[in-house]
Amino acid sequence: MKPGHGEVLLAEGDPRVREDEEKLIEEFRRQLDEGMWAAVPVQNPGSGRREAQMVKQYADIPPDSERVIFFPRASGG
Amino acid sequence: MLLALLALALVTVVLAAPIVYRRAVRWHAERAHRRTAGPGELDIDLYDPGRERRAEQRARELLRSCVNEEEWGMYRDLGFIRVAGRHARRELDRGARPAYAYLVYPHKPIVAYVPESGQLLSEYCVEFPDLTGGGGRHRLPASDDVLAKWMALTSDEDRVIRRANMHLVGRQLDPARVRRDLWRLAEWERRRGNREQVHHSQR
Repeated sequence: MKPGHGEVLLAEGDPRVREDEEKLIEEFRRQLDEGMWAAVPVQNPGSGRREAQMVKQYADIPPDSERVIFFPRASGG
Repeated sequence: MLLALLALALVTVVLAAPIVYRRAVRWHAERAHRRTAGPGELDIDLYDPGRERRAEQRARELLRSCVNEEEWGMYRDLGFIRVAGRHARRELDRGARPAYAYLVYPHKPIVAYVPESGQLLSEYCVEFPDLTGGGGRHRLPASDDVLAKWMALTSDEDRVIRRANMHLVGRQLDPARVRRDLWRLAEWERRRGNREQVHHSQR
């Protein structure tokens, strides 16, 4: 999510393909270095409700995730 | 007399020639720069009136794809989303209904309240500022702002609440309006429950 623009596609690829995974990791790190938060929409296995899972490292991303959403970190308004 | 005027005009032209020349060179250089400017630079200079509308449309689609059906319906029909609080004061509170919940509005504070009694607890002012150096001119589209709050609350409630500025309800939001929204929400859920009952009985 980019202020003034909304959703912007940063990178896409198959994480099982090595070149793609390197590209995804590089973009993931770049976003976190810029101060963004990263979250993955998931379904809670207990309640069945949808929720987000915050990820701080590439390895934290659930393997079956279709996307990671980056958004500016929250601050007091 | 005519000769004097001609001489004066000639002197004026000679004196003004360097200034005119410098202006012409500058104009030519600026024109060439504009021609060679990339699309990114043009994007900054030109205002696109449809950009925000398209961004909001994409944001709505993204929100819809992330939240559950009930939450999406709530946002579409009422303009806000309710998110259940994760903490409970006692083990007894861990029932079907959360001890407290939040109302998430676009570009407005998050409101905490007690679903059982409707008591308003506090408002949390939180924003997602532009980190790209845009000088804070831009903000997220309304639906992206709701999604960012939803993701922050459902993934790490404590962190977002710690970062927010907490106030009693009434600082930015009108408590009467929030109570009216809670009433609208209750009505919306009642109608939705009725529709689901009819749907099940028709099966």
